[in-house]
Amino acid sequence: MDLSLRDITHVYDELEVLSGIELEIPHGQIVCIIGPSGCGKSTLLRLIGGLERPTRGSVLQIGDPPEGSLSPLTYIFQDFALLPWRTVAGNVSLVLEDQPLGAREREERIAGVLARTKLSDFHDVLPKQLSGGMKQRVAIARALAVDPAVLLMDEPLSALDSQTSELLIDDLVELWTREPFTACYVTHNLGEAVRLGHRVVVLSRRPGAIREIVEIDIPLAERTATHPKLEDLRQHLWNLMREEAQAADKELAHV
Amino acid sequence: MSEQKPQTGTPVPFRGGGFAPKPPRIVGLVVFVVLIAIWEWGSQSGWISQLVLPAPSEAFTAFKELAASGNLWKHVSASVSRLVIGWTAGTLLGLLVGISIGLFSLARAGLMPLVSAIFPIPKIALLPLFIIWFGIGEGSKVATILFGTFFPTVIAVTGGVDNVDRGLIRMGQSFGMKWTSIVRKIILPGAMPAILSGCRISASIAIVLLVAAEMIGAEFGIGAYVLLAGSLMATDQLIAGVAMLSVLGLSVAWLIGRAEKWLLNWRT
Repeated sequence: MDLSLRDITHVYDELEVLSGIELEIPHGQIVCIIGPSGCGKSTLLRLIGGLERPTRGSVLQIGDPPEGSLSPLTYIFQDFALLPWRTVAGNVSLVLEDQPLGAREREERIAGVLARTKLSDFHDVLPKQLSGGMKQRVAIARALAVDPAVLLMDEPLSALDSQTSELLIDDLVELWTREPFTACYVTHNLGEAVRLGHRVVVLSRRPGAIREIVEIDIPLAERTATHPKLEDLRQHLWNLMREEAQAADKELAHV
Repeated sequence: MSEQKPQTGTPVPFRGGGFAPKPPRIVGLVVFVVLIAIWEWGSQSGWISQLVLPAPSEAFTAFKELAASGNLWKHVSASVSRLVIGWTAGTLLGLLVGISIGLFSLARAGLMPLVSAIFPIPKIALLPLFIIWFGIGEGSKVATILFGTFFPTVIAVTGGVDNVDRGLIRMGQSFGMKWTSIVRKIILPGAMPAILSGCRISASIAIVLLVAAEMIGAEFGIGAYVLLAGSLMATDQLIAGVAMLSVLGLSVAWLIGRAEKWLLNWRT
């Protein structure tokens, strides 16, 4: 299933935050969206997943979601959004309980995704006992449990320290290499974008509009933190964004 | 690199620490025992007049007499059953209304001003009305406790529901959870800390109202026992009755503490 964004414009109380976004999210690819803070990246992600309605334009699903997908558009949040009163398995179970699954099938799904995210040993652990990185792994497991057609990731690594996010990038690359998934990955971190994105979409400062789309054709598994070509790309993206970021930084918050 | 260390210098003064009391459990008990011992000693030595305050041992004798007469159970069971029925009903209704105010705009607009208007009225002032409405028997007493616990519960629950992390609710929606599931599995547990601290307050209010209601008209009940002792100037019985109320309050607080430990074990 592909997603297609047609002329998305969004206005909050007369303040235009997104302007004329046209974007394709093709099946099996990771599309990274970067931009200065306050450019409407997260808003765009909420629009794509149907948590908010765009003022103008539409988000179209092209083709049917894959067989067995329980929730085609699934989020991974920056703050993990785990229920603190449920165990690791309970948090994964939560999103399956409203689905037409038998108890055994549910258990199998939970065990399956916990194994895929290397969390099997943490089945009955409460979130308060987990580090930030493990919490985000649980959130990834929860998202994978519903077999999403598109993963919508809202700065998933921003709340983690740099070593942990490095480990999680490796995990995501491994997950994708074993079984390619479609994702829209919002971040402000250029390093993450060039490591994970098949395409990197650069948004301008508010009102967010697409400045440039950069295609990266190096296979994910071959991308390392010190890959020279990626370093050039990162520099290129930073040059695109620097002035925008400076200007965005000086802007007053609209409250 | 030289191996020589500077010879002079003062250590950096320590300025941290404090602001984190860790009470040793035994201290509370010791304070109790010491106070009662001083009181007993004062009474025995004549320093505290019998007229002013009876000795703890006398109060204990009065309590034993009450137990021997067989009336202890009647008083305690009458009080506890009023407390349990009134508090449970008030809390359940309060939960229902509090959750409605927390979730529905119309309920919030319609009920919140009403709650704010009635909450500050001392419910005991309404007891005569309750007696007319519900009779002089159990009904009026239970109703007093019910109304007394209902309003603080509503306010605590509403606040609790308002404070549930919106991110968790959005997560539930993004995974296509049913509305009822979101309320049951996300909002209710999320509001539980506030609900339980509301329970602590409403339970204390319930005990105060229980005694007040029993003092106005009841044959049995700890409040009635205290009132009778007071009007006979039997201060030893009065102290015994008051001590029973204190134990009742402590037991309720302990029970809620257990419930908090059990229900909120996920809190850091």
